[in-house]
Amino acid sequence: MEMPVPNPAILARKDRLVQRLRGVLPADAVIDDAAETRAYECDALTAYRCPPLCAVLPASTEQVAAVLKICHEEGVPVVPRGSGTSLAGGALPTADSVILGVARLNEVLEVDYDNRLIRVQAGRTNLSVTGAVEEEDFFYAPDPSSQLACAIAGNIAMNSGGAHCLKYGVTTNNLLGVTLVTMEGEVVEFGGAHLDAGGLDLLGVICGSEGQLGVVTEATLRILRKPEGARPVLMGFNSPEVAGACVADIIKAGVLPVAMEYMDRLCIEVTDEFSGAGYPDCEALLIVEVEGSPAEIDEQLGVIMQIARRHDPVELREAKDADEAARIWLGRKSAFGAVGQINDYMCLDGTIPVSSLPHVLRRIGEMSQDYGLKVGNVFHAGDGNMHPLILFDANKPGDLELCERFGADILRLCVEVGGCLTGEHGVGIEKRDLMLDQYTPEDLQAQLHVKDVFDPAWLLNPAKVFPLSLSESRRAAA
Amino acid sequence: MLTPQNEAALAEAVAAASGPLRVAGGGTRPVGNPVTGEVLSVSGLTGVTLYEPGALTLVVAAGTPLADVEAALAKENQRLAFEPMDHRGLLGTEGEPTIGGVAAANVSGPRRIAVGACRDHLLGVRFVDGQGTVLKNGGRVMKNVTGYDLVKLLCGSYGTLGVLTEVSLKVLPKPDVTGVVLIEGLSNEDAVRALSMALGSPFEVTGAAHTPVGVDGDPVTMIRIEGFEASVAYRLERLQDLLRSFGTSATETDPEKTAAGWRWVRDVEAFHGAPGDVWRISVKPSDGPAVAQALQAEGLLYDWGGGLVWARVAEGTDVRAMSDGVRGHATLVRASEETRRKLGAFHPETAPLAAISKGLREKFDPRGIFNPGLMG
Repeated sequence: MEMPVPNPAILARKDRLVQRLRGVLPADAVIDDAAETRAYECDALTAYRCPPLCAVLPASTEQVAAVLKICHEEGVPVVPRGSGTSLAGGALPTADSVILGVARLNEVLEVDYDNRLIRVQAGRTNLSVTGAVEEEDFFYAPDPSSQLACAIAGNIAMNSGGAHCLKYGVTTNNLLGVTLVTMEGEVVEFGGAHLDAGGLDLLGVICGSEGQLGVVTEATLRILRKPEGARPVLMGFNSPEVAGACVADIIKAGVLPVAMEYMDRLCIEVTDEFSGAGYPDCEALLIVEVEGSPAEIDEQLGVIMQIARRHDPVELREAKDADEAARIWLGRKSAFGAVGQINDYMCLDGTIPVSSLPHVLRRIGEMSQDYGLKVGNVFHAGDGNMHPLILFDANKPGDLELCERFGADILRLCVEVGGCLTGEHGVGIEKRDLMLDQYTPEDLQAQLHVKDVFDPAWLLNPAKVFPLSLSESRRAAA
Repeated sequence: MLTPQNEAALAEAVAAASGPLRVAGGGTRPVGNPVTGEVLSVSGLTGVTLYEPGALTLVVAAGTPLADVEAALAKENQRLAFEPMDHRGLLGTEGEPTIGGVAAANVSGPRRIAVGACRDHLLGVRFVDGQGTVLKNGGRVMKNVTGYDLVKLLCGSYGTLGVLTEVSLKVLPKPDVTGVVLIEGLSNEDAVRALSMALGSPFEVTGAAHTPVGVDGDPVTMIRIEGFEASVAYRLERLQDLLRSFGTSATETDPEKTAAGWRWVRDVEAFHGAPGDVWRISVKPSDGPAVAQALQAEGLLYDWGGGLVWARVAEGTDVRAMSDGVRGHATLVRASEETRRKLGAFHPETAPLAAISKGLREKFDPRGIFNPGLMG
């Protein structure tokens, strides 16, 4: 993956920059020692690494503003970082950039159950937002797999989803407002406790802008009352086509499960060993979960299981108790980790129309043969958000590149059938050079124009999202 | 009036325009500051491009009548869950609302509080920018974070950034049964407390409204739930239990009566034909009663659990001055051209937001020909 050549003039100004940053931050909040900046050399896309010029850890909106103002004056690129769990390289630095980590911004500012919202500092982790309202039986709905570690700031940057967004939506549907600091250091409020913007929906475009429009320091989030209960049912099928047809039939029947998760044979076998879930021996597995009171759950699962029976499942198992439900989910939730224990892998994130599922799975199987690399498929079936896991050997020369080429072909296939490159992980550097497969240069210019308005100097996370050739003139002017 | 019959012709018309254009769908929602210019109608672009009920997605040309869209969905027992309001009765307009108009104005209804607004259901757009270039953003899949979300930016931009030519929407199944809990006689403050308690329950409320003057003259508080028959019956009972401290309540499950009741809320029927200006105020729900109180309104309706206040006030009243200091926004939906010009239909933005909005308009429509001044 190509990254811009570091600007030697900026590298030469390092000492002055660090000195100025120390002037506005506590001593332990500016990290410029070569050994320590290594901690920030990559995110969860570990194949690419580069230590930044320095890293700063501000603890307030005012400190973020002071840092950005200095970096703007010095003409230094800034790469915002939540918890560093991006799978797309969203927080990958360049050697001439400052990493701005928001981890110290982790306070709950306000909990308002009457109005069903919480205001937090953006470095707070996703799961600890729910943790702050759990005593009243409320929760924050978006639940990315990394929710124990990932920060709300990163969730907003990538518009993160999760397993339960079929019913509850993704980050943008649960975000009411943000405090954002512009690259110039101006603090601006977008949205708030009320619904919908009076003017243009700027909050809507900030969410998912991958840290390129500003640094979000505070967020107002919608919280929901927990359902009375939830219960999954596990279904095994002898072919991906049948599982796909079953998903479509469930949706058409008017039941809206809170989650519908799919795993193929490779993932079933690996995760079963890992979790002891007792998954059946089959080609395709669905986990379908519904919510409500026990009677409501019985009724919905009755409808769902009746549909499933029409598709000749090899196994149809309703969780009898909380323990069995937990084990059914443990397998799915640990899928990435379990596969990681047996092999290096690259996780893709393309989304396809649900109707194309059988075709796409067949094509991925064929390509897997052609490339000679195994693929495991695990994904959110209800919304077509796929997560093919391509297995490769990081120690074998050329294998990573082969894997990347295979991955690119899968993502092009997703676009070809009417889908997109990324459903919830973001573009980052990983899918940057594929953007022209989904969009025309004019389509992308319209997006670049948005960055021109928010960050005219093109200093915020500048080498991400767009093909470098498209952003080159703007970055050069910076 | 320009009425291109396809996207390419529309793009050409925009490129060839020498002066301001008033972008119109069905022309039923003349919301915004008065605008002059030649009418550019999108009504020639019609038809469903793609409808996959099993994938809950619909792609449709922007000029397609909303009624056609709803009819196509009804055949598959599906619907637009965000419940777009029909402005005709309130604004005294005629014509056919279009799906593009719904998206351009981000029109939603009572269910917005549970399932989101139009902007939350809009998956993708095709549009023509101010130079006549055809652009797309988003797509037709439920989850898509590929690049910036210009879909949200276009939704609710009232044709000031681009002319929508095609929209992709997430659709949802129609529930079997609708049930409503009705409580009479509550003060505005108690009503909002009751709605808040209902919305904070696990019973999945999809409508939470209050009218200080119902059809019989008494205050009525309405809470809606939807779903399978047994589930609705169960949740109605639990909600009645939960709200016991607010006095006796009744329930209604007659399909025609419940539909009519929520249409009455959605379209603000209480204000139809009544004189005065109409404001739509979005605030934090618990701020609703105090904001409304300060307005000395001739008519009031609370939706969204108290967070959406519809107010009918004497002509020329500056509602914003009376609710100063409250976070939120007040839109002047119905008033004379003179009043709209004087007060501004849209809530003034803070200086930094206004600068960003202006910057975006200059990029998307550098000649400033799309509905100039409509949003301020």
